[in-house]
Amino acid sequence: MGLLGEEEILEVRERLKEMPNPVKLIHFTQELNLEYGRETRLLLEELAALSDTLSLEVYNFLLDVEKVAEYGIDKIPATVVRNDKDYGIRFFGLPAGYEFSTLLDAILAVSKGDSGLAPETREKLRNIAEPLHLEVFVTPT
Amino acid sequence: MRLAHRFAMENDLIRADCIESTEFPELAGKYRVYAVPKTVINEAAAFEGALPEGYFLDGILSALGPGSGAEAVS
Repeated sequence: MGLLGEEEILEVRERLKEMPNPVKLIHFTQELNLEYGRETRLLLEELAALSDTLSLEVYNFLLDVEKVAEYGIDKIPATVVRNDKDYGIRFFGLPAGYEFSTLLDAILAVSKGDSGLAPETREKLRNIAEPLHLEVFVTPT
Repeated sequence: MRLAHRFAMENDLIRADCIESTEFPELAGKYRVYAVPKTVINEAAAFEGALPEGYFLDGILSALGPGSGAEAVS
């Protein structure tokens, strides 16, 4: 029994058909002592299996130190959504419930390489000249 | 949350983390997360609530403050 239900699988597969370009999920985890580590990895594996354009790479948080540094990962489970480019999109924790749909949204936006934001928003964002770290805290619903 | 990730796509200087509060209670405690969504900006300023695009942007820009380069555009 997987984490995604049958109906959900059909829905997600349909949504992922909209993906024009490949997207990579880079996942950092560890085998032991991680409350939702196993579930998170399983969910991502089930998700990646639903589209040929979506792939999953899994790294060990303790052993793969170069990748951990490259992606700036300081806690796990962590998941990066990227294409050829790393846009700085990160998920920490199990993306379940509403956050699962947030993950799908990020995958589709990255696949299109288009944020979908209003022109004036994009202009203001592009003018930011200092590092900006946004941490958005959520809860499962 | 979706907005933060989309914002990150527009500028290499922006990184957007979606953090499951219940799995990272120490961090949530540090930032006094009592209601979600809560957005923390550069480990300092913060605001609560899911805001529309323009307000979310304004909340972030005002936290960055003058001299950020972002102010020059409005």
